Amino acid sequence: MYKEKAGDTIQAKADPWAGFTTGAWTETVDVRDFIQKNYTPYEGDATFLADATARTKEVWAKVLELMKEEQRLQGPLDFDTDLPSTITSHPAGYIDQDLERIVGLQTDKPLKRGMIPNGGIRMVEASCEAYGRELDPTVNKIFSEYRKTHNAGVFDAYTPDMLKCRKAGVITGLPDAYGRGRIIGDYRRVALYGVDRLIEDKKAQKASLNNEVMSEDVIRLREEISEQIRALQDLVTMAASYGFDITKPAQNTVEAVQWTYFAYLAAVKSQNGAAMSFGRVSTFLDIYAERDMAAGELTEEQAQELIDDLVIKLRMVRFLRTPDYDALFSGDPTWVTESIGGMGEDGRSLVTKSSFRILNTLYTLGAAPEPNLTVLWSEKLPQGFKDFCSKVSIDTSSIQYENDDLMIGKFGDDYGIACCVSAMRIGKQMQFFGARCNLAKTMLYGINGGMDEKIGLQVGPKKDVLADEYLDFDTVWERFDEYMQWVSGIYVNSLNVIHYMHDKYSYEAAQMALHDRDVYRTMACGIAGLSVVADSLSAIKYAKVKAIRNEDGYVVDFETEGDYPKFGNNDDRVDEMAQKIVSRFMDLVRETPTYRNATPTQSILTITSNVVYGKKTGNTPDGRKAGEPFAPGANPMHGRDENGALASLLSVAKLPYDDAEDGISYTMSLVPDSLGKNEDGKVKNLTGMLDGYFGSSGHHINVNVLNREMLQDAMEHPEEYPQLTIRVSGYAVNFVKLTREQQMDVISRTFHSQV
Amino acid sequence: MQDRIPVLNVPKYHADELLGRIHSFESFGTVDGPGTRFVVFLQGCLFRCKYCHNRDTWDLDGGDLYSVTDMVEKILPFARFMDASGGGVTVTGGEPVLQAPYVALLFEKLQQHGIHTCLDTNGYVGVYSDEVHQMIDHTDLVMLDIKHIDDHKHHLLVGVSNQRTLRFARHLADIGKKTRARYVVVPGYSDEPDDVHALAQFLAPMENIEHVELLPYHNLGTHKWKAMGLEYPLEGLQPPSTESMDEIEGIFRSYGLEIIR
Repeated sequence: MYKEKAGDTIQAKADPWAGFTTGAWTETVDVRDFIQKNYTPYEGDATFLADATARTKEVWAKVLELMKEEQRLQGPLDFDTDLPSTITSHPAGYIDQDLERIVGLQTDKPLKRGMIPNGGIRMVEASCEAYGRELDPTVNKIFSEYRKTHNAGVFDAYTPDMLKCRKAGVITGLPDAYGRGRIIGDYRRVALYGVDRLIEDKKAQKASLNNEVMSEDVIRLREEISEQIRALQDLVTMAASYGFDITKPAQNTVEAVQWTYFAYLAAVKSQNGAAMSFGRVSTFLDIYAERDMAAGELTEEQAQELIDDLVIKLRMVRFLRTPDYDALFSGDPTWVTESIGGMGEDGRSLVTKSSFRILNTLYTLGAAPEPNLTVLWSEKLPQGFKDFCSKVSIDTSSIQYENDDLMIGKFGDDYGIACCVSAMRIGKQMQFFGARCNLAKTMLYGINGGMDEKIGLQVGPKKDVLADEYLDFDTVWERFDEYMQWVSGIYVNSLNVIHYMHDKYSYEAAQMALHDRDVYRTMACGIAGLSVVADSLSAIKYAKVKAIRNEDGYVVDFETEGDYPKFGNNDDRVDEMAQKIVSRFMDLVRETPTYRNATPTQSILTITSNVVYGKKTGNTPDGRKAGEPFAPGANPMHGRDENGALASLLSVAKLPYDDAEDGISYTMSLVPDSLGKNEDGKVKNLTGMLDGYFGSSGHHINVNVLNREMLQDAMEHPEEYPQLTIRVSGYAVNFVKLTREQQMDVISRTFHSQV
Repeated sequence: MQDRIPVLNVPKYHADELLGRIHSFESFGTVDGPGTRFVVFLQGCLFRCKYCHNRDTWDLDGGDLYSVTDMVEKILPFARFMDASGGGVTVTGGEPVLQAPYVALLFEKLQQHGIHTCLDTNGYVGVYSDEVHQMIDHTDLVMLDIKHIDDHKHHLLVGVSNQRTLRFARHLADIGKKTRARYVVVPGYSDEPDDVHALAQFLAPMENIEHVELLPYHNLGTHKWKAMGLEYPLEGLQPPSTESMDEIEGIFRSYGLEIIR
């Protein structure tokens, strides 16, 4: 019998694992092994998929109404001012209890935002103020006087140089006032094992440290495991408030979805991490769906309905943030990233029917930015799945793609993407998120001897301003290198401060409880302005660039005579320059020791912060004017890729992934007609583009298939485009939620079209 | 012409030295032949089409010079995209047959790399030289643009006679070269049913014609005329209506021709 809801299970099956092939996973916590032994690859096309049921449409309509109201308010629908959110802080909340198949909200009401002060009370206070409410004085007092926050800890330890770099914006977006995120709990563990088993496991982990020398590392780990155990106990309590006993393994599909979601819910109730990713869940859930279907207990409609309900919940994740934060990461993103597809190490594709079902939510519920649906692309994926992905991209612009062939060698076949492009083995690895360093500004510091061109502050070490009338490539490169050395040291040290304090004052117990005892950590640095710097250096090398000075002798503008190769045209003269910058900065980052011995990595990713970075950066030698946005991520600068979309892709694909292992983001916007004449042709050409790009070692791509006119119309009539979704660097947003400035930036970006 | 000895390579040219005048490239062409195509726009054209959307390709002396070797090197990195989509390289312009030796050698080299070659042309061939034959031999697919079947109207619309184009079409039919015909429907110029009947009658017996691609006139090239300080000859002309396109499609179909739009 199909259970309408998890709680309807009346008599427990004798064995929740009945029918599953046993293996290492039955002895130790090992979800990957369970998947490998039990999943059913699907090689077919999308014709089996079911539409949304009337129930699904009814629930979704209710949520859409609330979202519309939220959009109208340009801010939170409702939020707490006196109750810090924890796993157990709020009573059960519902959209419509009778209709929901999968239940659980972050707070007691849909879209009401919880307050999570551990990251920083000032952020909470500023948010309350921005939206016209007062933070409860008692809460303020507790987190100001009695319970220190992450933010307070960081500022106790920052050095004056770090503060200067932060102020000038040569290092920006640091997670020093909010949750760092980019940690993925293995939420599937709760469904497969039940919480009792996981607590048992954690207790054994703690006991394994009983006889160690009590070094700082061991003490910290013992404290962390204790916190993890408490979080798991809280998770049981929270689920019980919704009427579920999740101490034992899930017995069927609806329970597997519900248990997994509860685990994720505990994470977003207790952490406001910048990116709260979901992992790699759909193929795991498919095993339950296949078992129930074989037993005649689940139909296709019902399976789709469960995935739909899960996705509705994931679309509702909200955090209380300030308008400042929104200027950096626009559109209220949460990066509930779900990784789909990919290949297994044994050569079988990990695509299942549920991989299709989760993409199908973009039809059953319409396009949406969250969850951040991420396809792990391999040339070896089944053709039916590839073509379905292309079709969904053309119809909804809501998918991003990442190169599984590139990542499987480094991360195996059970990794997930955190945030936008950061791969990590699920339950075994985490990262210290490090935002990014503004390399365009760093280059200008090189020219001006450390003087900030915008705020007139000596930020870097003082050196002579370059005296040449026409800039000399070797001199500029040497100086750029010196200032990269300087900034990389301050940057990594700032991150060390931040993550020390985050572990201390805002530890992610709920997420880390769903990790192994010993996790592999990366220190995820990043760079912004790559194409600006590459084009600037190319202009200096291949054209003549005259330095224009102000009365104090500082270089404030540039005049370029002649043409020069530009990044984005598959021209090695400049593409190699971009590669060299990436590798050089990575080498420099590696020189500074990291907190907890994290392995340094970097990303070439800006999210929407390319606009803010541009605002804070003066004129650059490539002809970009002060204040103009950078290109997002690893994109070539707007309008400079003159040889069409694929030339642009090849330039980006050549960037060295080994020196940017945290990801290389590329965002592409295509006019529908540029993909081909008819629907079949469009699908074929897009599939071919993805195969070609990833076959050339490209790492990531966002695909938008949109008309410029439609975006312009949406700016004027946002009410008519509530679900218009576009991909920006590494994530997707509702276009109408972007600031006007960012909307203009998106529209001005190269749209690939041809006559 | 049929009994000539095929000349598969012409020793007097060397790929490192033979230069082509190139207007520009498009690495993601999806409407100029099957699959994803690298499109090479050659510089120089003798037609003076009133609706030309690449007005800046007319000048015979403009463009940049690339040797065949350089061009092949530029194209090869894109082979993966072509393979994945069943695409290849399309040479268009301008008018590629004006640089037949270059196209011939380029296509020969590309075919050696297993790359599908497509020649997008108006068929304005004067002398059927060895190089022209060689170019055709190394072309996998011809896209032949027939502007008008009526010589007088052809003259009015594009400034030259259509005799060379029609002869080229017959030659392709004689040797059985796989060809797609293209026809641009320009309101008031090429949308007369009688003319369409005549063109269809001309094409219908040709077994090498895969289909006729009907292209509605568009004015997206206007800005290029203006950028050059020129007046756009068809200023204000609107694209044909869907009804008109349907009617013309119907006429072609009545002769058993397959139509793509």
